[in-house]
Amino acid sequence: METQIKETQGNVVSIENPGIVAPANWQPVIMGILCNWCSYAGSDLTGTSRTQYPPNIRIIRVPCSSRVDPWFIIKSLQTTADGVLVSGCHPGDCHYIAGNYYARRRFLVIKKLLNFVGYHENRVQFSWVSAAEGPKFAKVVQKVTDDIKKLGPLHKYKKENLK
Amino acid sequence: MARVGVFVCFCGANIADFVDVPKVIEETKKIREVKYAIEYKYMCSDPGQQMIRDAIVQQKLTSVVVAACSPRMHEKTFRKALSDAGMNPYLLEVANIREHSSWVHQKDKKAATDKAADLIRMAVAKSIANEQLHEISVPVTKRALVIGGGIAGIQAALDIADARIPVTLIEKSPSIGGRMAQLDETFPTLDCSQCILTPKMVDVASHPYIELIPYSEVIELTGYVGNYKAKIRKKASYVNFSNCTGCGACWLKCPVKVPNEYNMNIDKRKAIYTPFPQAVPNKPVIDAEHCTMLLKGKCGICAKVCEKGAIDFKMQDEVIEREIGAVVIATGYDLWDPKPYEEYGVGRFKDIITSLEFERMVSANGPSGGLPLRPSDGKVPKNVVFIKCIGSRDESKGIEYCSKICCMYTAKHVVLLHHKVHDSHAYVFYMDIRAAGKGYEEFVKKAQVDTAATYLRGRVSKIYKKGDKLMVRGEDAQIGQVVEVEADLVVLATAITAPKDNPALARLLGVSYDKYGFMSEAHPKLRPVETAKAGIFLAGCTQAPKDIPDTVAQASACAAKVCGLFAGDTMKKDPMISKVNTEFCSGCLNCIQVCPYQAIVEEEIPMGHGSKEMRTVSKINEGVCQGCGSCVAICRSMAISLAGFTDPQIINEIVAI
Repeated sequence: METQIKETQGNVVSIENPGIVAPANWQPVIMGILCNWCSYAGSDLTGTSRTQYPPNIRIIRVPCSSRVDPWFIIKSLQTTADGVLVSGCHPGDCHYIAGNYYARRRFLVIKKLLNFVGYHENRVQFSWVSAAEGPKFAKVVQKVTDDIKKLGPLHKYKKENLK
Repeated sequence: MARVGVFVCFCGANIADFVDVPKVIEETKKIREVKYAIEYKYMCSDPGQQMIRDAIVQQKLTSVVVAACSPRMHEKTFRKALSDAGMNPYLLEVANIREHSSWVHQKDKKAATDKAADLIRMAVAKSIANEQLHEISVPVTKRALVIGGGIAGIQAALDIADARIPVTLIEKSPSIGGRMAQLDETFPTLDCSQCILTPKMVDVASHPYIELIPYSEVIELTGYVGNYKAKIRKKASYVNFSNCTGCGACWLKCPVKVPNEYNMNIDKRKAIYTPFPQAVPNKPVIDAEHCTMLLKGKCGICAKVCEKGAIDFKMQDEVIEREIGAVVIATGYDLWDPKPYEEYGVGRFKDIITSLEFERMVSANGPSGGLPLRPSDGKVPKNVVFIKCIGSRDESKGIEYCSKICCMYTAKHVVLLHHKVHDSHAYVFYMDIRAAGKGYEEFVKKAQVDTAATYLRGRVSKIYKKGDKLMVRGEDAQIGQVVEVEADLVVLATAITAPKDNPALARLLGVSYDKYGFMSEAHPKLRPVETAKAGIFLAGCTQAPKDIPDTVAQASACAAKVCGLFAGDTMKKDPMISKVNTEFCSGCLNCIQVCPYQAIVEEEIPMGHGSKEMRTVSKINEGVCQGCGSCVAICRSMAISLAGFTDPQIINEIVAI
């Protein structure tokens, strides 16, 4: 799906629902689901090294990216979030031997499904951040935030909007 | 009704400078379940912890949220504060408002404050769904299994046994000793290898806490840390060890000659043999592949000459079981086969040998009584060329890694050659001299000076025959010229490789191995002795190439780990593991496939109360489970939950903001 950014007097339009225009000071909410051993530790390192990134992300800690049930992603999109970032250990570095491989396969499928029902592909993103990659975590968050900001508020399938 | 207490930390100025803490407290107090919210300069300090303890008692809190630094930092501290106040420590949640807010949004106080308030909302919501958890204690069988009887296995077994913990030491060959027993002298001190090794071998055999099972292998390992069950196959030796005195009459009379592995096939042994005279146990075994009695039913001379009647041609392999709590893998190494070096004429020229063959030749108990001899004509060589990095550091023909010991043993061989053949001259072709280690650089320098050996930096491109000599053509990179050396003997320093059985053994034990076949440690720097599977440890070259001092150090480290594991009668384990609700389990068993630790097994339970019909469900072994949660996400019927990270907890977090 190609991103076509529409703006109405400086406000972003929801890409899935062109009728929905974001308020002027709209800030997206991004749910970040991070594995404890690599990405969460990496995000801590971003903090200890004072690397700045956009404040839109809300971080949830899970033991391993393989713990992330697709339900969490769907629930986030249905309720509070405009986008979701899931991050785990690099391939081969999983603390639990192979969990991130299961996660990777699962997310390929869930992404396709979300695409199929009409979500833009950038709404849900997946990355590998190791415990040593503080700057990379900041870059990933920056990129995801920028992407979601372009997509506008997520209105479609929000529970309160489904009647 | 939940009563949550929220404790917001200033962290000095770390949080307070960038997050409006009073505003956060104000926001937090709006949450219905929050009955108490307070800020303090340093929550982790003793007065800070005392505030938490007091509030738990006075406010009758049902869960606690500390908004401070990362839970990876102080979760344990605050959990302890909770349990000191008589509250279950797992009712704590930490909102990470320092690393995830104040430190990363220093230019936008409002956004950082909003985010901190959100993170607290999430933590409060999660904490409401927290359950009381209790540390799991697992019983421990205090017996260790050591696989491999080389110096690594010997050292580990002795150290564990000296702590009065029973050890079962198994060795696949008829004697313990391993590669070190094949060495003549050891760098950098030129100690006689046998002199320092054989006393240890005898100690193993006579130690009251060591059960030595030679000529055997593990065929199955089940269970989990502290509670493993190993099946060990004792290969048929055809000699009744309890009758045998090791007198040697049988192998003197045996007519069948077989290449001798101990001497790198330079000479022959008999079909009934002990690997070497100092073998422990010093009892012979019959090589079933070559014994004519076992193959064709003819001969039987050994049985006739044995006065004790110890020979038993009807002996069968025997499988025994041992209950053990920990495993030390010490399977050692193999040597790389230099066949791919065709341009050197490996296989065509008899006078090209490997360094271990050279080691056996110069060894006092070797095939030639300690004198190096040319395999082609049996003459003593005068000019000997040593070529290092054969297979090592060679991506095109061999392997990428450095075998670590070749620089040192080649320097040792240069010295040994000089000792044995005084008028000889050694040439060494090398890429780099890697002599990092106590006394190593000094040893190499001394070897170069004392023997006046010619060290040539460069690779050998070709070896060809000229008369009965070998011409070694290579580059001396330091003068930038091609050099040719006339050699009587060429010695190839072949690379260390993982034993070819390592991958099969690793799969059998459930540990991981790398692309070369070396066993993988749990962490390359901080957990170099453990494997990813709890209770299984690594010693020696089975993990990576290393020399004897490093191997012994790692073996002793294994022993310390085993002793630590066995220090109590039970082991404490983190309760954050998965659990199956059999009411919901449909028995699809998808979880078994994704579990990286083989912690899940099938179980048959009755259909209902008193029902005779059975159905299959999953069962998680709490001793093995490490709490990754793979099974939780794969479970279609949502029958599995991971304590500490249950679905309600995470969903609560998601919907809280």
